[in-house]
Amino acid sequence: MTANPLPVPAPSPNFDTQEFWDATAQGKFLLKRCDSCGVIIWYPRFLCPDCHITETSWFEASGKGTIYTFTIVRRGQGAYRDAAPFVVAYVELEEGPRILTNIVECDPESVAIGQAVEVVFQDAGDGTALYRFRPVTG
Amino acid sequence: MGDDQGARMSIRGKAFIAGIYEHPRREIPDRTLTQIHAEVALGAVADAGLTLSDVDGYFCDSTVPGMGGISMVDYLGLQCSYLDNTETGGSSYLGHVGHAATAIAAGKCSVALVTLAGKPRSSRGGPPRGGGGGGGGVDAPPETSFEGLWGLAGAPYNYALAARRHMYEFGTTSEQLAEIKVAASIHAQYNPHALLQNVVTVDEVLASPMVSDPLHRLDCCVITDGGGAVVVVSPEVARGLERQTVKILGHGEAQKHAMNGRVDLTYSGAVWSGPRAFEEAGVSQADIDYASIYDSFTITVLEQIEDLGFCEKGQGGRFVLDGALVAPHGKLPFNTDGGGLCNNHPANRGGMTKVLEAVRQVRGEAHPAVQVPNCNIVLAHGTGGALSTRMGSATLILGREDA
Repeated sequence: MTANPLPVPAPSPNFDTQEFWDATAQGKFLLKRCDSCGVIIWYPRFLCPDCHITETSWFEASGKGTIYTFTIVRRGQGAYRDAAPFVVAYVELEEGPRILTNIVECDPESVAIGQAVEVVFQDAGDGTALYRFRPVTG
Repeated sequence: MGDDQGARMSIRGKAFIAGIYEHPRREIPDRTLTQIHAEVALGAVADAGLTLSDVDGYFCDSTVPGMGGISMVDYLGLQCSYLDNTETGGSSYLGHVGHAATAIAAGKCSVALVTLAGKPRSSRGGPPRGGGGGGGGVDAPPETSFEGLWGLAGAPYNYALAARRHMYEFGTTSEQLAEIKVAASIHAQYNPHALLQNVVTVDEVLASPMVSDPLHRLDCCVITDGGGAVVVVSPEVARGLERQTVKILGHGEAQKHAMNGRVDLTYSGAVWSGPRAFEEAGVSQADIDYASIYDSFTITVLEQIEDLGFCEKGQGGRFVLDGALVAPHGKLPFNTDGGGLCNNHPANRGGMTKVLEAVRQVRGEAHPAVQVPNCNIVLAHGTGGALSTRMGSATLILGREDA
């Protein structure tokens, strides 16, 4: 198991992302899809970065993915000062985007590229939760 | 002479304003700064009968969220061959139009976008409401809450993500990365100003503490105070100088960002900036006698060697073996001042020293032990920002006066 629990720094929702962070408190991972070209948009924003129209729609993602790459941080800084060793990774979501996150609820030394992971939400206060991922077991 | 013609080049008649847009509102408490930039950008390209997909040059001041314009380029989904963040206060945008015309006249871009956005009225008495933090009037970069909360504090952790993926896809090893540091240290022993003048071995690199898997301490550049400066002159001025000058043959730049979640950490922005510079210079990789290659970390060097076309993608690990980077006789002598890995990385920004050592090589003024014989054409390349999130890349090709 991870030696120390990770801090849960609060995100700063804005007009692009308020719905996303509201949903995390409900245990939901939302993604945006472009209403015109259909591409999945990450991170959530005002316009489709592919075809540049502003009509986009939220939907609930599966919360599943695989590890694209990772590192084990051996010396944490700031809020993470006492948290090392811990894992920072890019997870490739089932829906496609590769997103930065932490891998939790496992021994950092056991983490591998290609590993199947699923989202967990950790209360950050202020009506938001932080999304992290844990290995899928069984 | 062609050079003289270039010196007299004018923007007159070379560029045209095609679209404009003024945001209709005067108090905008319900938008982020990036949203306002996006709104005016969309309005101006629509007025021109173009789309953001046509834009290949972006100009903004220092009030945009993020480093330079790179977060804005990412947010808007642009792919630009020219980026200018000149900050001259309220006159910035007039300057930007002139700079855009100059860039267009020089063939550096063909559709330039200049944007301004601000919220001083709705943010009176505090940071912008709903602006995404970053109190004090400028929003935090739009990616902050999606990239800044995971303890990825510091460049080594960011670059380690790329190193791990490169190893996974291509079988690159820590020993191969260490060869890059070893070559830099061999050069640094001849530089009396280098912070680290000791020659190290592969084993010593691997035995240094693991900072962020798979990067060891000796995979990382030095942290130094300092600085550097460059003077660029016209052909007429150059002719009147006794000092040997160095001809600027080509330049290319690019931004690589998160590309709407299509993150691929096995390459850098050099895949775009490099070919632009080679094309302008009219030379190929085989013509390069010496290369200054940005070396914030060993993995930075490895990916850029591949991206600049000195070997095939994925073959960088094999390329750097057998002293390939060691001056004066390696296949690709690099960073003969000891580079950022051993010599100097002033302000945590290694691009300036990359230019300086490239100039020394062309002038024949590198240390005799590492001076490349008959050094005629050189390359200097930089990657700024972060290899695993978003970066600005720039490539210069320089040569002797008669090159």
